[in-house]
Amino acid sequence: MPPDGSLRGAVVDRLMFWNLIAICIIAVVAHLWLIFAVLRRRSAGRGFPVLIRWGLVGAFCVMYTWMALTAQRVWAASRFTGPSLTAMHVEVVGEQFQWYFRYPGPDATFGATRPQLVNAAAGNPLGLDPKDTRGADDVVSSVLVLPAGREVDLQLRSLDVIHGFFIPGMRIKENTVPGLVLHLHFTPEKPGTYPILCSQVCGMGHGRMQARLMVLAPADYTVWLDQRERTRQQAEGE
Amino acid sequence: MKSRILSRIFTTDHRQLGILYLCLALAAAIVGTVLSLMMRIHRVWPNMMVPGVGLVKPENYLAMVTMHGTLMVFFVLLIAPQAGFANLVLPEQIGARRMAFPRINAASFWISVVAFLVLISGAHIKGGSAISGWSSYPPLSALPAAGPGQGLGMDLWLISIGIFCVASWLSAVNMLATILGERRAGMTWSRLPMTVWGWLVTSILSLLIFAVLLAAAVLLFSDRHFGSSFFIPVGDMIDGRVVGHGDGSPLLWLHLFWFFGHPGTYLAVLPGMGLATSLFANFTRRRVAGYRVMAGGLVAIGGLGLLVWGHHMFVSGMNPWAGTAFALTTMAIAVPSTIEVIGWLATLWGGGFRLKTPMLFALGFLSFFIVGGLSGPILAQPALDAYLHNTFFVVAHFHMVMGLAGVFTVFAGVYYWFPLMTGRMMNETLGKLHFWISLIGAYGTFFPMYFAGLAGEPRHYDRLAGPATSFPSLVPLERGITYSAGLLAGAQLLFLWNVFVSARRGMVAEPNPWQASTLEWANGAAYGRIESGPYEYELPAGAEGFHPQWEPAAKEE
Repeated sequence: MPPDGSLRGAVVDRLMFWNLIAICIIAVVAHLWLIFAVLRRRSAGRGFPVLIRWGLVGAFCVMYTWMALTAQRVWAASRFTGPSLTAMHVEVVGEQFQWYFRYPGPDATFGATRPQLVNAAAGNPLGLDPKDTRGADDVVSSVLVLPAGREVDLQLRSLDVIHGFFIPGMRIKENTVPGLVLHLHFTPEKPGTYPILCSQVCGMGHGRMQARLMVLAPADYTVWLDQRERTRQQAEGE
Repeated sequence: MKSRILSRIFTTDHRQLGILYLCLALAAAIVGTVLSLMMRIHRVWPNMMVPGVGLVKPENYLAMVTMHGTLMVFFVLLIAPQAGFANLVLPEQIGARRMAFPRINAASFWISVVAFLVLISGAHIKGGSAISGWSSYPPLSALPAAGPGQGLGMDLWLISIGIFCVASWLSAVNMLATILGERRAGMTWSRLPMTVWGWLVTSILSLLIFAVLLAAAVLLFSDRHFGSSFFIPVGDMIDGRVVGHGDGSPLLWLHLFWFFGHPGTYLAVLPGMGLATSLFANFTRRRVAGYRVMAGGLVAIGGLGLLVWGHHMFVSGMNPWAGTAFALTTMAIAVPSTIEVIGWLATLWGGGFRLKTPMLFALGFLSFFIVGGLSGPILAQPALDAYLHNTFFVVAHFHMVMGLAGVFTVFAGVYYWFPLMTGRMMNETLGKLHFWISLIGAYGTFFPMYFAGLAGEPRHYDRLAGPATSFPSLVPLERGITYSAGLLAGAQLLFLWNVFVSARRGMVAEPNPWQASTLEWANGAAYGRIESGPYEYELPAGAEGFHPQWEPAAKEE
């Protein structure tokens, strides 16, 4: 697995590690059993003891229960509860074959969008409604830039078909489904650049539907956001 | 002469139909294999010109994936182990003279052929075949503007699948009626060969799931052509135009498709699990360890299989609580599967096998079933699936546990029942060579995909080099996979050669060449009531030989 850069990634990695170890051991033992049986000359005709058979089944049941319970705790921790109230919000929009990331700006509120207004060539790839003043300070980026150490709540949308939003380095994945707004929250920890991939076949450009996540130190992030805000204001001034 | 050929083709004889079904599966498998080789070559050498296609464009690659998946799942794995082998031996195995509905049976075969022809005709039309994968998620599959191949190509795909559903449904009616109504007197539930248990479960599953898939296909077709909006949400946009006018849900398709799709994969392996059980008993000359438990295990796998479809949807936007529920039902399936595997290992424990080719392939099946199956409980954990979903880890998982395990039982069945089809034996040396090369090629092809998946490589990428990452560390691994795939495909030429040569000039088979006890080997012997179980290979008090089902039970002295 690629290096983990998120707060909860280590838990997932540890779970994955123990699961892989368990199944590798079982697979090897089962194959040794098979090879032994193939090489073995016929035994005295006694069948395999029934008690041991059921003992083995019982042992496997214990293992499956362990797997289900441990994994369930990790799943519940990340998906059953919402983000903390201090989490920042970013909207992720998938479109054939591009990812857009929208920041709500100083008012911390996203402006309304309408699909009829979508026009990437005119600089409005998400269809922001100019009549909605809340959207006036929204910033749209093609790179997901996040400050390290702060929880983020992503709102996932798609304009056209189902895409899969996958950041291997953050150990997160969720489809973006047209007609739905889905939430995914996580905390990036280590500054760096991580690939964002589309994990659900979405058409001919699926393999190139990639973007980058840049995790910056909090100070650098503020600088980046200010810069984006200034460019937006300049563009409006012209 | 002409009428003889015609009567052989338009036959209602179940054994002839079984052979015809196997031929259809073989044709589909050849096309599917060629497509997979083209994909493998393209992934490693993306700039190579392919004869007939030229430079492979991304949409060509996706069309190949879609066709490969559809052909291999529907026309190979859902046909050969079920309709193929069941027609070949099911009536004989239960002491019946024929199938319950021979004409429906023949009709079902020809409907399948039509479905196959409709599907492959997509390659020759403008825009090419569909590109949305074998699961065809809408809105990509609902809107012709969503990509090349999504116009007429997608229509052909849907029509083909619809036709296929009708054929499979009819075939399942026939099979279930045969098992329930045509058994010979004395052929009780506990005297059925394990293959019949497999077909019993798969025919019930088929009745339930193909009805749902047919409904889903009709709804999607209606969205495409009749202005309905079952799967397209309001405001949906494609290619710069707003097309969504009704309030449909793409997730509805996922639920309907996977309600079919997951049990569908079990249709591919359950009959093979039954066959492997029979072969292990025959080639070890033992009773099946725990017959009732093994039969119950097949039924439990089939029953639970209807309750797990949501594990394909952990990260699809489904409620995470539903994910938990599906995770638990999925983990529950591991239990009967483990019982089956331990039952086989217990049967094999004593050793002393006759390592004939069918037995080798059955052992190969077991190996893949273990290695592929064990990755199942990992994918069943939503927390881990959230990373592994739609990566090559999943590709490795289902190719091992469904693809290879299923195909290896098909090979085992062909080698085992070849004498019934042709009256001749297949060549053992070529068979063993075929097995060992296939085993090495198959592991070389699919085992490394687990590592590619753990590295985060998603499915359906036409090339590794992308704008954000190029997976540089995976290039040698990808190369190795392609070479192994070539070896695996090459080994199948040995199989084809063996089939064609042995059918004409193979050694003439003895009446019961494997000394089997099940009824398909009775060879015309007249028999009455069935009085013994299917696997009476061990006689008490050191007596030699075995007890076939067509002989009356020995009197208790």
